[in-house]
Amino acid sequence: MLLILLGVPLCASVVLAFVGDRKFAPEINILGSAATFAAGTGLALEVYLQGPMLAGGKFFFVDAFNVYLSVLTAFVSMTTAIFSRRYMRREREHGRVGHVGMRFYHAMFQLFIFAMLLCLLTNNVGVLWIAMELATLSTVLLVSLYRTPTAIEAAWKYFILCGVGIAQALFGTVLLYFAAEKVLGEGGEALLWTNLSRVSGSLEPTVLSLAFVFLMVGYGTKVGLVPLHNWLPDAHSEGPTPISAVLSGLLLNIALYALVRCKVLVDGSTHTHQAGNIMMGFGLLSIIVAAFSLLRQKDIKRMFSYSSIEHMGIATFAFGLGGPIATFGALLHMLVHSLAKSAIFFTVGHASQMHRSQDMARIKGLFKGNPLVGWGLMFGVMAIVGMPPFGIFTSEFLILTATMKDAPYLTPFLLLGLGVAFAALFRKVQPMVAGDVPSYQKPMKVAHLPVLLHLVLVLVIGLYMPDFLNSWFHTAVELLK
Amino acid sequence: MNLHIAAQINSFLAALVLLTAFGMLVQKRIYGLIHLFAWQGLFLSLNTAIVGFVANKHHLYISSVLTLSLKVFVLPYILHVLIHRLKIRKEVETVVNIPMTMMIGIALVIFSYHLMAPIRELSTLITRSTLAVALATVMLGLLMMITRRHAVTQIIGFLALENGLFFAATSATYGMPLVVELGVALDVLIAAFIFGIFFFHIHTTFDSLDVEQMAKLKEAG
Repeated sequence: MLLILLGVPLCASVVLAFVGDRKFAPEINILGSAATFAAGTGLALEVYLQGPMLAGGKFFFVDAFNVYLSVLTAFVSMTTAIFSRRYMRREREHGRVGHVGMRFYHAMFQLFIFAMLLCLLTNNVGVLWIAMELATLSTVLLVSLYRTPTAIEAAWKYFILCGVGIAQALFGTVLLYFAAEKVLGEGGEALLWTNLSRVSGSLEPTVLSLAFVFLMVGYGTKVGLVPLHNWLPDAHSEGPTPISAVLSGLLLNIALYALVRCKVLVDGSTHTHQAGNIMMGFGLLSIIVAAFSLLRQKDIKRMFSYSSIEHMGIATFAFGLGGPIATFGALLHMLVHSLAKSAIFFTVGHASQMHRSQDMARIKGLFKGNPLVGWGLMFGVMAIVGMPPFGIFTSEFLILTATMKDAPYLTPFLLLGLGVAFAALFRKVQPMVAGDVPSYQKPMKVAHLPVLLHLVLVLVIGLYMPDFLNSWFHTAVELLK
Repeated sequence: MNLHIAAQINSFLAALVLLTAFGMLVQKRIYGLIHLFAWQGLFLSLNTAIVGFVANKHHLYISSVLTLSLKVFVLPYILHVLIHRLKIRKEVETVVNIPMTMMIGIALVIFSYHLMAPIRELSTLITRSTLAVALATVMLGLLMMITRRHAVTQIIGFLALENGLFFAATSATYGMPLVVELGVALDVLIAAFIFGIFFFHIHTTFDSLDVEQMAKLKEAG
């Protein structure tokens, strides 16, 4: 199951590299992603029934923490593939992408999914780094797909800043290996996460706390934490919208996943709350800076990129806070944010195509122009700002409760960030959805399924948490303690 | 080989790597930079081979050959071809003047020694004294990326930084496991192709490789 899960996107990527510009290419893309999702569900079922497992000579490792992220990754990439079918076809009609561009787009999309899944499933901390770098590299040229000066600038920033950032994470990994080698002996075994977590108590604390600083800066750059976030709004707003959806919805999660895995090891070794404090600091700063940046945005995709920084800040903060409630909230937050944010990007993609612009001043009258896009955006925003009964309300509520209990003096800052983000997003979205249809708005067919599916899921999770999810989260909380 | 001599050679090569890193900070001509980068790769590869010989770690020979081919031949060759095709002749401007850059560089080296002091105490390997040099190389690569506003020099800075990481892996632990080393080399190779494509894109869009021009994406106040 695991090999199918990784093999399908890799094969699809190779196939699409040759036929990605044909008429049926989007269908292959959807088919590949659907097969990946099916394999992911199968794997999840296996893990649900049999518990955590090792595979491929200890090379892969699946437990409650990464299995739900794998299913999420496969699911969102499937819906994104469905969305991208109409979206990319229209971009091609508008002449923004050519033959080679389409081939490249499809191949890289699948390669990107492969890299993310490898990141999640690998047991080797070194391979985790390699897969993360691969995920970056496969999306760099997608960001610059339109070849406009701003798109190239954004991609260059993304390439350089993430390259440098993630290089720090490699240095951190070297230090981790240095500490592990003393306990576990040389060779690949010493970098396996399962082995490391088993002996984390006997790893040298000074080395590990130093390693964590490097890992934090490295993977933190990829999570988009302030002040390492400069590349994120550019990269997420200049690329094609399906890519923005997967970058914001999935890649940030994966980077946070890597960071949390490392934090567990460091905590096991140092027995202090130092790593958690660093994460809380970065998280809180991200929430506040991103919330205030939301107020100044003019470009719609850029605004929602800042919202992603804010939400990643919340999850990072909660993981840093630790404790069962906060960790549960953070895991849930990663899930619902990913679903809600990609749904928003789908509607935003449609809206900006209808107006041929990403400028929020030009986008108007969505309710009347296209009810699905208008209401989809409205409900998406309601979900993302944490209105009940959506799932984000639940996760943010849990995190707030835990904050009040464990770090009460930080609650006002957290509330300030959430409040400002709430006000900013609502103020910006109202004029876009309400009002009359402007003359330049072009009616168009939209992909209904992805948006509806995501929002319904976020709603369902907010109202009723399925048992399997609940038990996974509880196991993961135990694991991350 | 006598361990003492091996440690001496190791330190000597580390000094040469650091010297080339400083050389890159000073060098204004792009061809000169590429040559310095190739030399750095050569010292690194020699050092890896010697460590591999002394410590009797055969997988280090593979890393050494990989470094030699990738960083001494392939990457400098790709850069040469790109620069020739794009007809870059101009000297590279620096943002901070060179003596100042050197001073910052020296401060970074001292900082690296300070940071690595506890790790050095813990290590029993003959290469332990070079770990600080490795971190310094990483930092100097970073400094170079910050102080140069040209796409090619930023890339060379990035590759020098990567050299530093590789060096760190060799001196801290006699190299990472082979699967990781190979994966990292693959990523660097892919990155090389991507920046090659990028140079053409930037050149055709902005008519120059000066990254100063890329400052459109800012927050509108």
